[in-house]
Amino acid sequence: MSTATASPFYSIRQALPKNLWDYLILAVLLGFMLFFLMPVYVMVVTGLKEARNVSLSTMWNLPQQLSGGGFVEAWNRLEPNLGNSLMLAIPATIISAVWGSINGYVFAKWKFRGSNLLFALLVFGMFIPYQSILIPLIQFLQLVKLYGTIPGLITVHVLYGLPISSLIFRNYFANIPDELLEASRIDGAGIIRTYTHVMFPLSMPAFVVVGIFQFTNIWNDFLFGVTILPNPSAQPVTVALNNLSGSFSVDWNVVMAGAVVAALPTALVYIFLGRFFVRGLLAGSVKG
Amino acid sequence: MKAKNRSQISADGSAVKAESVASLRPPAQIATRARRFRLDDALPPLILTPAMIASIIFVYAFIAITIWVSLSKWGTLRMDLNLREPFGFTYQQMFAMPRWHASLRNMFVFTTLFLIGSIFFGLLLAMLLDRKLIGHSILRNVFLFPYALSFIVTGIAWRWIFNPETGINLLFDGLGINHLITSMGGPPFKPGWTTDPSVLFSINDWLGNIFPAVKDMSIQLGIPVALIPVVIAAAWQLTGFSMAMYIAGMATISPELREAARIDGANEFQIYTNVIMPLLRPVTVSTAIILGHVSLKIFDLIFAMTGSGPGFATDVPGIFVFDQTFKATKYNLGAAASVVMLFLVSLVIVPYLWSNLRKR
Repeated sequence: MSTATASPFYSIRQALPKNLWDYLILAVLLGFMLFFLMPVYVMVVTGLKEARNVSLSTMWNLPQQLSGGGFVEAWNRLEPNLGNSLMLAIPATIISAVWGSINGYVFAKWKFRGSNLLFALLVFGMFIPYQSILIPLIQFLQLVKLYGTIPGLITVHVLYGLPISSLIFRNYFANIPDELLEASRIDGAGIIRTYTHVMFPLSMPAFVVVGIFQFTNIWNDFLFGVTILPNPSAQPVTVALNNLSGSFSVDWNVVMAGAVVAALPTALVYIFLGRFFVRGLLAGSVKG
Repeated sequence: MKAKNRSQISADGSAVKAESVASLRPPAQIATRARRFRLDDALPPLILTPAMIASIIFVYAFIAITIWVSLSKWGTLRMDLNLREPFGFTYQQMFAMPRWHASLRNMFVFTTLFLIGSIFFGLLLAMLLDRKLIGHSILRNVFLFPYALSFIVTGIAWRWIFNPETGINLLFDGLGINHLITSMGGPPFKPGWTTDPSVLFSINDWLGNIFPAVKDMSIQLGIPVALIPVVIAAAWQLTGFSMAMYIAGMATISPELREAARIDGANEFQIYTNVIMPLLRPVTVSTAIILGHVSLKIFDLIFAMTGSGPGFATDVPGIFVFDQTFKATKYNLGAAASVVMLFLVSLVIVPYLWSNLRKR
């Protein structure tokens, strides 16, 4: 994302509104900003209120006094599930990224007859509605005794995350000049040594992109979590949050605080590594 | 040995060149060379084999099994994979279900409204940010931020906002909008949002004049009121994606092109409508396909926000499959609905993949 802010020719004077049009543009953008931040405001403000202060009529008001509000209870209830999500997302992200990088390298640099067709077959897997594989998937996981376990869900996320990570790596490696590959081949390195000594070290930016993208996807997954892990103590945080919001004994301030807690890891990743995040989502639109 | 080679060459003319080149090297080297060559040829497919086997099993074979289940008698907890008679009877049953009609209607309405909304506003935001006024990079990040959240979080937040007793209706009161309407003699604007089972712009009567069968349909063809908050929530989450696609697309348009248009006397507005927007058409196609396939599959957001809704006003195939498979344990029915979902997604995605990957 190279924008004018990065360019040395950009000055703050250019960024200031000059005429009526510019003020109008700013006003419209600020209006959109309020709309985009509204749900965040509602979640945080409701979460900070005490249960007795969450009345329907004062929903939009700021909390009267500052306290932990619903966050304490939300944290207590969701903490084990946050742990599950981490234990799930981190290994699944790493495995699918490494495996995807090897595939992407071969697809980009070692084309053979029919490799493009194989690539298309692989990539199609990332678009399918997962509902259409769930019944056999659950049968399979029961057969290999992985149903209802976190390793089972890790396996599932690795397998179904493989197409997108192979795709992002393939697009990345395709932009690395072939001369580098030639040079390494002349030095006597084969396909594997070229990967471990030349391509792998070069692909760190792609690892960051894929890592962030996969982590976000896996963290935010709901369908696999809710169907493969029926046991509440093993469930990821999205499923636990949904259960929390569905139970009538829980107050709204706790649910909202829970939503903030569940969203926080991916939100932080986005805030600090947003640049890579954008690259991943653009690369995910196939062409890259 | 040499004599033997000779005789081969004379017998088979095509081997002449290979043999004569090979005979220039010592035999040991010939052997390793040949082996290395073959190994390097075999390695790329070999490295890809695990991924391709995984894909064939977990995607293609599983889809085939699901199709088989949808044609089977497995409609209860007890597994029965014998084919159901008459062939495809589950599909016939499903397409006679009013709930399935509602699901399909909602899917088409949702996809249409959501695509129009998120693409229009994504393009608008990208163009407004393109002026690069103060704060544009912060704003860009704010607009894309919801994309990083889970649909469950989005659904919970927006369900609270569209609670008819509080939420957005309260905001309308607070901003004096209802005061204004009632003072002009109108009824106060208090929509039931996600609790409202009614359907706007019903076209049953109009369509019934052309296709009489429509008059007997059990559902209203139109825009379910309860679906509108879901569209707003989805657009809130994914407008940033289309904005990012357009920003990336605009970055590839050379500044010289804009300058040339300016010299030709085009004003800023004309530059956008006549130069930039036509060049962004491929971006629109990609965005529409990516977001379109997301909305055909939509499940989590609706599950967290409204479920199947009042009178199935927000039921979609994703929810239908989940309910039939995991709640009603009618596995063949759930499988049949998921096969229809897959078919619809493939209609959008296969041509897209084809045109994208063929160019390479």
